[in-house]
Amino acid sequence: MGMTVSEKILARASGRDKVQPGEIVKAEVDLAMMPDLTTILSFKAMKEMGVDRVWDNEKVVIFLDHVAPASSLQAATVHRDIRKLVSEQGLKYFYDVNSGVCHQVLSERGHVTPGMLVVGADSHTCTHGAMGAFATGVGSTDMGAVLATGRLWFRVPETIRVEVEGSLQHNVQPKDIILKIIGLIGADGATYKAVEFSGETIRKMNISGRMTLCNMAIEMGGKTGIVEADDETANFLSNRCKTNINPIRSDLNAQYEKVLRLDVSELEPQVACPHKVDNVKTVSEVAGVKVDQVFIGSCTNGRYEDLEVTAKILRNKQVHPGVRLVIVPASKEVYLKALKNGIIETLLQAGALVSNPSCGACFGGHIGILAAGEIGLTTSNRNFKGRQGSPEAEVYLSSPATAAASAITGVITDPREV
Amino acid sequence: MRIKGRAWKFGDDVNTDLIIPGKYLELTDPIEMAKHAMEGLSPIFAARVKPGDIVVGGRNFGCGSSREHAPLALKYSGVGAVLAESHARIFYRNAINIGFPALECPGIAKSVEDGDELEVDLKEGIVRILDKDIWLKFIPLPEFMIRILDSGGLTAFLRFNMKEWLEK
Ligand code: SF4
Repeated sequence: MGMTVSEKILARASGRDKVQPGEIVKAEVDLAMMPDLTTILSFKAMKEMGVDRVWDNEKVVIFLDHVAPASSLQAATVHRDIRKLVSEQGLKYFYDVNSGVCHQVLSERGHVTPGMLVVGADSHTCTHGAMGAFATGVGSTDMGAVLATGRLWFRVPETIRVEVEGSLQHNVQPKDIILKIIGLIGADGATYKAVEFSGETIRKMNISGRMTLCNMAIEMGGKTGIVEADDETANFLSNRCKTNINPIRSDLNAQYEKVLRLDVSELEPQVACPHKVDNVKTVSEVAGVKVDQVFIGSCTNGRYEDLEVTAKILRNKQVHPGVRLVIVPASKEVYLKALKNGIIETLLQAGALVSNPSCGACFGGHIGILAAGEIGLTTSNRNFKGRQGSPEAEVYLSSPATAAASAITGVITDPREV
Repeated sequence: MRIKGRAWKFGDDVNTDLIIPGKYLELTDPIEMAKHAMEGLSPIFAARVKPGDIVVGGRNFGCGSSREHAPLALKYSGVGAVLAESHARIFYRNAINIGFPALECPGIAKSVEDGDELEVDLKEGIVRILDKDIWLKFIPLPEFMIRILDSGGLTAFLRFNMKEWLEK
């Protein structure tokens, strides 16, 4: 019996020829990533294990991104302590508050290559499956063990393969595909499993879209999302890292727990309604719902391609007077490119607010918090009660195109109509 | 390793907010956390639970946030193990890592009633419902995870077994 790409990566990392779903393996981690919120706890766990220094100062990458720059005394203190840790530990890679969201920057700066085993002390670490890596989020005790030893135990997951065929209609986006899939599989339908995205639509999709898909694997309970590396991946990485790209693919006779086939040629834009990510409806079912704030950004949809489609829709138009449009580029690279190509100017002209790269409004940290009774539409990944401010606010999730179209009209709007 | 106690039965999708409500997340002392264990579902649980008692859940036990407060609150309330049809991934990892047995036992939800006396054999992978003389099997935890549990969690395990962990 063959192996899936996830099984191959875990087998390689644990020094075996073969692994099977359900088995527990001890594996060598290739890269460990931490954002500001969990770094201190993870290092504390490492020290409690009796270890003073990280196992490899070139394999640990730290970001200050969730509250960046610091907006409270508490955040400023955490950031100060992390900067001190970074220099004490002699860590080679550290991204301070001017860099952007950890998941965007980690891949963009070429830290992740196909076949790697990546762990992050953040649940959306699964985003890096877009590079053909096995990437998963862990808690702080787990991260402590990785910092101390470079190793961790893993249960080899079963794989759900999702095969996507067909071309998307104008202004229907990868986000609509993943919302549709989450609606079908459910918020716990992929618990403990790897979700492998494949099929013609994925092969033609750029890295930005693949990152959007993999990012939301955790919203179905998944351990990782993963797309087999191909020419697109190699292209993306060509100027970003020095290593040779060595794509790993699933065997033809690999075993899947389930195969889901989806034809997206007729797919309508999708919206996840309050307060669950799997409460997914088509845009026509919720069209007309009034919105107070639209947020375009996050590790799900704050990339250049997302700002580009937003600017296309907003060009020579105005944001509805009753709406605050908050745009947060996911990284400095995204911001600079958008600036150079006139996209930021278009967005500002249209009445948007553009903030510095960070997690921004995504988790109600410090930019664009919703008040009780307000309705937010966001391109991020979670609409849990209270995630973006007041527990009495309501949050809808959509693609950047739907978000941009809705910012103009002030109500949830089908982007195919603008 | 055997655990014996009374069953506290709960349903599907018991999330971390029900296990310990969000307002207690600033607590850092697990004994304080334990005073609010299962508060979202049962007003009497924290006061009445006895050492060795066993929490029985349905599907997706422990879903939601990745904080380690949820398994800590259960462990320090005296609960000996949680048996469920399935566990949410991060809860499961966190539980084992803090030395608290989280076990997946298909069929448990429909076989056990609240208050049944249970005996769990971790090594053999067997749950006995004592009053009914029913035996259920689950996939036993691998040796190495049982050793993490025996040590009291991954932190202590690594402190005392670092050399072995670093071997192949
Ligand atoms: S952008 Fe949002 S989901 Fe992504 S890492 Fe930041 S807070 Fe988490």
